[in-house]
Amino acid sequence: MRSLSRLRDPAPSRSAYKMQRLMLTPMFRFFLRIGLPVGSVLIAVAIYFGDADRREALVSGVADIRRQIEERPEFMVNLMAIEGASAEVAEDIREIVPIDFPVSSFDLDLEQIRLRAEEIDAVAGAGVRVRAGGVLEIEVKERQPAVVWRARDGLELLDAGGHRVAALAYRADRPDLPLLAGAGAHKAVGEALSLLAVSEPLAPRIRGLLRVGERRWDVVLDRGQRILLPETDPGPALERVIALDQARNLLARDLAVVDMRNPERPTLRMNQTAAETFRDSKFQDMTTKMSDR
Amino acid sequence: MTDLYQRQRAMRAMRSAAIQRGVVAILDIGSSKVACLILRFDGPDRLTETDGIGSLAGQSSFRVIGAATTRSRGVRLGEIDAMAETERAIRTAVQAAQKMALVRVDHAIACISGGAPRSYGLAGQIEIDDAPVSEMDVARVLAACDVPDYGDAREILHAQPVNFALDHRTGLGDPRGQIGQRLACDMHMLTIDSALIQNLLYCIKRCDLELAGVASSAYASGIASLVEDEQELGSACVDMGGGATGVSIFMKKHMIYADTVRLGGDHVSMDISKGLQIPLNTAERIKTFHGGVVATGMDDRDMIELGGQTGDWDHDRRSVSRAELIGIIRPRVEELLEDVRTRLDAAGFEHLPSQQIVLTGGASQMPGLDVLAPKILGQQVRIGRPLRVQGLPQAVTGPAFSSAVGLCLFAAHPQDEWWDFEIPTDRHAGKSLRRAVKWFKDNW
Repeated sequence: MRSLSRLRDPAPSRSAYKMQRLMLTPMFRFFLRIGLPVGSVLIAVAIYFGDADRREALVSGVADIRRQIEERPEFMVNLMAIEGASAEVAEDIREIVPIDFPVSSFDLDLEQIRLRAEEIDAVAGAGVRVRAGGVLEIEVKERQPAVVWRARDGLELLDAGGHRVAALAYRADRPDLPLLAGAGAHKAVGEALSLLAVSEPLAPRIRGLLRVGERRWDVVLDRGQRILLPETDPGPALERVIALDQARNLLARDLAVVDMRNPERPTLRMNQTAAETFRDSKFQDMTTKMSDR
Repeated sequence: MTDLYQRQRAMRAMRSAAIQRGVVAILDIGSSKVACLILRFDGPDRLTETDGIGSLAGQSSFRVIGAATTRSRGVRLGEIDAMAETERAIRTAVQAAQKMALVRVDHAIACISGGAPRSYGLAGQIEIDDAPVSEMDVARVLAACDVPDYGDAREILHAQPVNFALDHRTGLGDPRGQIGQRLACDMHMLTIDSALIQNLLYCIKRCDLELAGVASSAYASGIASLVEDEQELGSACVDMGGGATGVSIFMKKHMIYADTVRLGGDHVSMDISKGLQIPLNTAERIKTFHGGVVATGMDDRDMIELGGQTGDWDHDRRSVSRAELIGIIRPRVEELLEDVRTRLDAAGFEHLPSQQIVLTGGASQMPGLDVLAPKILGQQVRIGRPLRVQGLPQAVTGPAFSSAVGLCLFAAHPQDEWWDFEIPTDRHAGKSLRRAVKWFKDNW
């Protein structure tokens, strides 16, 4: 056989033939197109981050960039504005929410701040947001004190729901608010307020309401008079007393106690002198009748 | 024989696997060219086992998606001569076809023309006791055919049942389901040199392909270039290739005879080369451009420059008239056709009802052959071209590709062969014992 080396052999070599067949294999093409790039990238990444220093450098670099972005002046909060709160409450809030300004708005946990602000008794609800211009705005809805409660440890202001608002040094500081007393009075502030509304005609004479045994109310009037109200339906009972008073001037008399605890049997307790006078007049009545006879 | 049976069955299994996968390569390994077609099986008829042939003559199931042809190397007279060269030629063709098709093929169906094919007509008959003929009975009657001693170094390439007879009715295409006493069958068996098959297997294996079927190229070009009524009424297909000319005779749509004349177009080129003292390539070119077999007065004045690269001015400036060229070509073509005539006579072609002869193959494109051939082969001669199949490029629709196209049809709808039937179970001990008992019962 003569070698034909000067002519190029048109036949593909065995390896070229096999290579072409391999390249026509769908699985292999898929592997080349997707498997190989993905695999090589994964391997490169794995090798690069196999080193702990590089990993750390990446993490710190990312953190650094993050910090830089967070600390841009656009995101900084410079002051806190408290709206809708009195000076003392605002002071309290500033005290209880300690933030060192300037601070990045990414570092502020607004929900946490809101909860902290609402921990203050005088705050009914708070809305916290970061306003444009780097202002942390806390919108406070204050509790409105409705009554003064003379508790065991001193005077306290309560709102209409019975929640503590603040302590009070002197009763005279808030003469506009009615006074409650007795243990457990704060749990029935609503009832007390409705009783006070009912007792509007007696308002100048009322000293306060006294909670007795954590179950019923006494209305304490000046001159040492009391109206003892029943446990249930105290309002109607009080209305009856007021009606009696308006009709017969009941409370202007020398009474110590109007006992309405049993609505079936209202009882009056007179003072010592009144009782004696009553007895004397009765006696005199009797003697005049007897002498007339 | 069992070994061959197994191998052919394995090839059939491979073929169905290839069709299941959808891509199969067709390899026509000829003496002058190697052609590779890649078929994709995805048409509407795919995988439907219909009786007979489906729509579009069974071609709607496949489509040619790749075609390549290359000069053959290492094949002489239709036989593999230099294995490494043949392997390279196959590789070239397969690679180019794969490149065109953009798919990878793993299965190939090949045809080959050489190997001195020899036809045998086999007959066998069995008794069946008035029962409908089952597939098993067909297998038994095929097994009952007495196989002649075809020699050691030969292998069966085709073994096709061509005719069944049930009692006195003959010419049955399909005896299954019919009732009779005696089932007889005629089988056409084609053997070729086993060395050729071995070489072919080796070459194809070296190309990383699996052989999913092998056919004689005479048979393949017959099914491609004979039209249906020609196949039905009896006709011969003469596939004039480069190194060998295949002859196949069809009757009732079955091949009943195949043979090879070891002459072809290459011999004509060789004669021109020798006669005019020019290189073989030039001779081939002159044959293709100026060749013919019928000379006219015009041809004396038609001078052909021979050319040459020797440096001798007189030698390189020679020219011959076309008449001289025809004078060289014609005797060889006549010899070829006379050989074909001899083979056809030997096969008893004159007894067929119709005696159509179809010339196909690359050498049949020779001008004037349609005038010369009837003088030798008889009046009913035509030049045939292969069937058109879907997707076949224009360049491979010529008669030179009739065996490749026939192989496509063969791949889509192979003829039932011996090994398509089950091995008859009466070879098992139990069945033969039962038959012995039956014989006793019947006779005592």
